[in-house]
Amino acid sequence: MIELRDVRKAFNQGRPNEFWAIRGISLSLEANRITVLKGPSGSGKTTLLSMIGCLARPTEGRILLEDRLLSGLPERFLTEIRRQTFGFIFQQFNLIKGLSVLENVMLPAYPLGAPRHALEAGARDLLAQFGLADKAAYRVEWLSGGEAQRTAICRALINGPRVLIADEPTANLDTARSRDFMRIVGELKAAGKTVLLTSHDPEVYEAPQVDRVIEMRDGRVARG
Amino acid sequence: MPIWLQRQKYLIDFTLSSLLRRRAKNAGLLLVYTLIVFVLASVMLFTHALRHEAVHVLAEAPEIVLQRMVAGRHDLVPAGYLDRIGEVRGVQKKAGRLWGYFYDPAVKANYTLMVPPTDAPASGEAVIGAGIARARGLSVGDFVTWRGNDGQPHTLRIVRLLDSDSELVSSDLVLVSEDFFRGFFGVPPGQFTDLALSVRNPREVRKVAEKLTLLLPDARPILREEILRTYDAIFAWRQGVVYVLLVGAVLAFVVFAWDKASGLSAEERREIGILKAVGWETGDVIRMKFWEGALVSLTAFLLGYVAAYVHVFFASAALFEPVLKGWAVLYPHFQLTPTIDGLQLGTLFFFTVFPYTVATIVPIWRAAITDPDTVMR
Repeated sequence: MIELRDVRKAFNQGRPNEFWAIRGISLSLEANRITVLKGPSGSGKTTLLSMIGCLARPTEGRILLEDRLLSGLPERFLTEIRRQTFGFIFQQFNLIKGLSVLENVMLPAYPLGAPRHALEAGARDLLAQFGLADKAAYRVEWLSGGEAQRTAICRALINGPRVLIADEPTANLDTARSRDFMRIVGELKAAGKTVLLTSHDPEVYEAPQVDRVIEMRDGRVARG
Repeated sequence: MPIWLQRQKYLIDFTLSSLLRRRAKNAGLLLVYTLIVFVLASVMLFTHALRHEAVHVLAEAPEIVLQRMVAGRHDLVPAGYLDRIGEVRGVQKKAGRLWGYFYDPAVKANYTLMVPPTDAPASGEAVIGAGIARARGLSVGDFVTWRGNDGQPHTLRIVRLLDSDSELVSSDLVLVSEDFFRGFFGVPPGQFTDLALSVRNPREVRKVAEKLTLLLPDARPILREEILRTYDAIFAWRQGVVYVLLVGAVLAFVVFAWDKASGLSAEERREIGILKAVGWETGDVIRMKFWEGALVSLTAFLLGYVAAYVHVFFASAALFEPVLKGWAVLYPHFQLTPTIDGLQLGTLFFFTVFPYTVATIVPIWRAAITDPDTVMR
């Protein structure tokens, strides 16, 4: 589904502090699988995930989504693909404070201009599915860690993406919540989603739901 | 609802909730912004209304007033001048006027004594303006005595007070009979203070004035348009004085608003990153910020302008009264007729709403075109 061909990513290119975070990665990621990028801090997991999710462009190399070249697309098309194809769950959840749970969930769909009643109904369905129906009107800063993460999952799913991307999703969760998260991820896979995670938490990469673990080190694939 | 419209509605909804989330900061900005618009709009509305009033008042004034000058000093005009003017083509009506200023030491005020062309009071009777009535505590039926040119007291009985609607021009007016006027000021029969001339065609006014100067070399024609221009200059000067006084406040606001509008807090940058990461386009983020700037500036503009309207036309511009209206013993109490100049409104709108909205967009554009992956870190 997603193919990377000799992808490299440099920060501060051409300056004295130039740093190559990704140093030539070629990979093929299958659809409807749970893939984990595993590795220590600074190994390039998040940078690679950002490029796959169209949040950043590679400095060199190519990224293809179902044979469509992503790496050369202008920002507008990249945004459109990101919105339609990928749903993001960030390490810090990145919910917008001061807004309600429902508003946070609906946020990615605003630029699509869907009718409000349909959008709200969809968001409420998702919240109900993740046990947050009674929290819809809550402000997000009142939520517990687990609730905030489930809100972030709902937000990631609101536009019906085929690929779910999660960066260190269990970094702020205890063991029970981490297992709960992996259970949800398993259910999403069963629903036909492709899931791509980064983690150095054994609760994630050793979970039974995971299909493939790719080990990274110093901007390269060490194993997988 | 079309998708485009629904998108704008979502963006406005989100903008409103963003504004409400930073309630204290935005309320402070809105208050200062409104205050600036209020002050500027008050001055504009007031001076425009006064000019409008002057035009309205002078609409019935004669096109040309002819004075006689003797050694550069204003002197009485002999009635014979009226016959000589009869030879000038274009003059439709001509009449001699009797009026003069009178200083009343009792209240230290100047009055304008005048013989009206029609419905003049009977000899020994007077109609007075509301300002004089207030200053002297006079009402209908009272008597008032002033010392005339002969050093003798002359007594008048008040028969009527002038309508308070015309107070702007009639506050200091005393209407008397021709007999009384001539006796009081010592103006012999057959002489007038000046002559009022009507000219049928407004485009001929200057030509007629030119002919009059040639015909009567000691006469000085004063055109209505010149009087209007003088009023205009007086109010423009006063408006300028207020603006100069306001410059400091306006500059302080510009610095404050620019800083608020152009500086992005870390929280705002983070939010923009999140919005882009979850699928908002750069254009959506800019549009959202455009609505934020537009909503703040439009609200401030509307609130400030409406408050200024109420201040000027319902509260007699209480805050700027001394500097804009001037000062006098016989201060007229008057209500200005509500009037708005489209060009002034447009100018104020352009110089308040437009710069703020632009100042909001520019930094956002810079922030919004950066890669959204910063939120991943």
